[in-house]
This record gives sequence, C-alpha cells and structure tokens, in this order.
Amino acid sequence: MLDLHGYGYRLLEGGLLTLELAILSLILAVVLGLVTASAKLSSSIVIRAIAKAYTLVIRGVPDLVLMMLLFYGGQIGINMATDWLYYEFDVDIFVNVDAFVAGVITIGIIFGAYMSETFRGAFMAVDGGLLEAARAYGMRPWTVFRRIRFPLMMRHALPGLSNNWMVLLKTTALVSIIGLSDMVKVAAEATKATHEPFLFMIPVALGYLAISSVSEWCFMKLKARYDVGFGAEGASWNN
Amino acid sequence: MEQLSTLWQPLLDWMNGNDIFTPNTFAMYWTGLTNTVQLVFISLLIGLVLAVPLAIARGSRNQVLRKSIWFYTYLFRGTPLLIQLYLAYYGFAFIPGIQETWLWFFLDDPLYPALLAFTLNTAAYTTEIFHGSIQATPRGEIEAARAYGMSKAKMMRRIVLPSALRRALPAYGNEVIFMLHASAIAFVVSITDLTGAAYYIYARFYAPFAAFLFVAALYMVLSFSIQALFKYLEKRLLAHLKPAR
Repeated sequence: MLDLHGYGYRLLEGGLLTLELAILSLILAVVLGLVTASAKLSSSIVIRAIAKAYTLVIRGVPDLVLMMLLFYGGQIGINMATDWLYYEFDVDIFVNVDAFVAGVITIGIIFGAYMSETFRGAFMAVDGGLLEAARAYGMRPWTVFRRIRFPLMMRHALPGLSNNWMVLLKTTALVSIIGLSDMVKVAAEATKATHEPFLFMIPVALGYLAISSVSEWCFMKLKARYDVGFGAEGASWNN
Repeated sequence: MEQLSTLWQPLLDWMNGNDIFTPNTFAMYWTGLTNTVQLVFISLLIGLVLAVPLAIARGSRNQVLRKSIWFYTYLFRGTPLLIQLYLAYYGFAFIPGIQETWLWFFLDDPLYPALLAFTLNTAAYTTEIFHGSIQATPRGEIEAARAYGMSKAKMMRRIVLPSALRRALPAYGNEVIFMLHASAIAFVVSITDLTGAAYYIYARFYAPFAAFLFVAALYMVLSFSIQALFKYLEKRLLAHLKPAR
C-alpha cells in the first residue's frame, strides 16, 4: 500500500535527509545564537554593532535568497579565494560547496540570528547574584557558563527555542529548490512524473506534522528537566 | 529638458558600460518587484479579511466550528508553504479535463494558484494571531460592555475587536514581513517575482553576486519600510498602552 509507485522508499530517504539537515542546522544555529547573544551583551561597542548588523541583515532578506546566494555564489567566491591562494602562495586546495553544506550553513546562519534574540532575553533573565556566587567560588568563565548560566538560562530559552525549531523544520523544505533530494524534492519529482500531486504531497505534509509532534513531546520533557527546582509540582529541595 | 539629459548622461554611460545592470535587466527586476508586491499585497489583504471572522469563530462555543478552524490553522501552520504551493499549483492542473473548463482561465496563470496558497497560509497564521489577542481582552472591558447591555455582536464590534486588533499589530507586522520573505518561493512555479528575476539574471550572466545581492538589498528596503510603517502605526494606535512617564 505504501509503495507509492515505487517512490515510497525514496520519500523515506528524503525524510531522513530533512531530519539530518534540520538537526545539523539547529546545532549550528544554537552555537551561533549563543555566541551572538553573548556578543550583544558584550561591553565592546564594535562587537555589539557587528552582532546587531548580523541580525538586522538576516531579518531583512528572505531565506531563499540567502541560500541561493551562498549556494551559487559560494562556489565562485571560494574558487576565487583558492585561485588567489594558488597564484600567490602556490597552495593548491579544492573546496566543493555542495547543496547539503550550503543548506546547513544558510539555515544555521539564519536561525542563529533568531536564536540570538531568544538567548539574549534568557541570559538577561538569569539572576546576576548566582553568577557572582559562582565566580566567588573560583569558577572560570567557561565553568560558570557551563554549570550555572547555561542550565539556568535554558529554562527561559526553551519556549523560543522550540518555536524557532518548528520554523526551522519547515524552512528546510527550501533546500529542494537548490537541488537537494529532501522529502519535498522527491514528492515534487514524483508529482511531475505521475501527475498525482495529492498522493505524494500529503504523506510529506504528514511527515512534517509527525516530526513536529514528536519534537513537541521532546520539548515538553526538556522543559520538565530544566524546570527542576522552579516547578510548582513540589520539586523543590524541602519536601 | 536638455538639463535633464545632462543629468542622466553619466548614469546612462555607466549603464552602457556594463553587461549586467542594463535597461533590460532593470525591466526584469521591475517585473519581479511588481509581481512580488502584487502577490504579497493581495494575499495579505484577502488573508486579513478572512482571518477576522475565522478568529472570532475560533473562539466560539460551537465545538465543531472551533475544532475545524483549529484543524485548518494546524495544517497550514504545521507544513511548509512550499508544499502548499505545490498542492495548489499541481493539485488543480492535473485534474483530467480541467483544461476544457472555464477554471483553466485562472489555473493557466501560476499567479492564481500561488495566490490561493499564500492567502490560505497567511489567513491561518493571522487567525491564530487575532485569536490570541481576542482571548487576551481584559475581563473588565467585557464585563463593562455587558453591564451596558450590549448584545454579543455589538460587544464584539465596538469593544473586543477594536482593542484586540490593535494589540495584534506587532505580531501582525512580523507576519507581513514573514509573508514577504516567504513569497520568494513563488518563482519555483514559474512566476517572475524578485527572486525569479535574480535567478534568471544569475543563470544568464553567471553572476550570482550581482544578481542575488541586488535583490537582497531590494528585499531589505521593502522589509524595513514595512517595519517602519508598523512602528508608526503602533505609535499612533497603541499610544494608550505605553507605560506612563
């Protein structure tokens, strides 16, 4: 029944690619978001301005245009750079921008900007006294971040994070336009070949809904995890 | 008139001197700009008109009505717009025999399927935005309206909607910009929107930076103008919500 004119297996593969792409770009986006959020709270004007310009540009330009710029322009740009390296320093390297890498990088960069807003708010919501206490214990900046700031801030960041993830997941559909065989691309090809759009598009739509339902559940678990000590359900130390 | 031409001459010389920014490609970008603006504006307008009654019905006591509107917004907000566009574009075109009916007049032009998909999508998002702000109406306002003996319809029209729609303004502004950005996918169904124009010029001259950076700048101008417009509207219409100084 799920043969779908022989496209069933390829659709499944496409779904896997969508997931891979989404998770890798999420990781990149979270890292970029944390760095940019820290930059926005930095005391240096220059660093703050760079972080602000980054989010401003991302907010103004459609994701698809950025993706095409990176995918079609990235290769030419990198070729120019490697040519220059070759002629000037006789270093011969070849870098290939493939659609997957371009997709992950663009989606990561775009959502890094959105994440930075989420994280900035969350950083500011952490009680400064706790950080001071950590420093007073002699923790290094990285240890303060890892042990105190990050776990406390996640509680405030989770709603925004989950929201961004849902949007990110749907944004991955755009990679089908630059030629990557994700679910949408397979379904579009199958539709053109068999002239049965509903047969292919509806399973793909259900696939997206399934992924978002599962992630909603995961975020619920995460929320419970980071709410420990704050929740109303008697999870505090004295009972 | 002569002065005008001397004023233009350097620009014309410069434009004659390069291959990519020629009057021809500018005409292409202009078509793209009008198509993008037209597509986004019309779908936002119809979406807005649809969203108000949908948002009211979304909070109705009638279970069937409420649940079915929730289901509609869930479907359209939970799946990529690209899939909705493909469904609208291919879903009708491949119905056997449709090319002989009058419907083909609309379906032959990809603009109409794209409008359908974009409108339903933005209506779903806008419905949820409005629903949220209607639900957040202060209880006191509703009680006061009841105490005045207003009917439900009158209360909705005079009290709830004016304040709820105003409070929805910031979120709706985001939706407008989101729609502008999302409309970039229209070129996959062979509509020459801004992105489509850029893609054409990229493919024709193999000049990705000239093409995509230029439209990126155009989109940025559009986005920031919309943002400024909504900032202005918020200042005018939400003045009563500003914290007192």
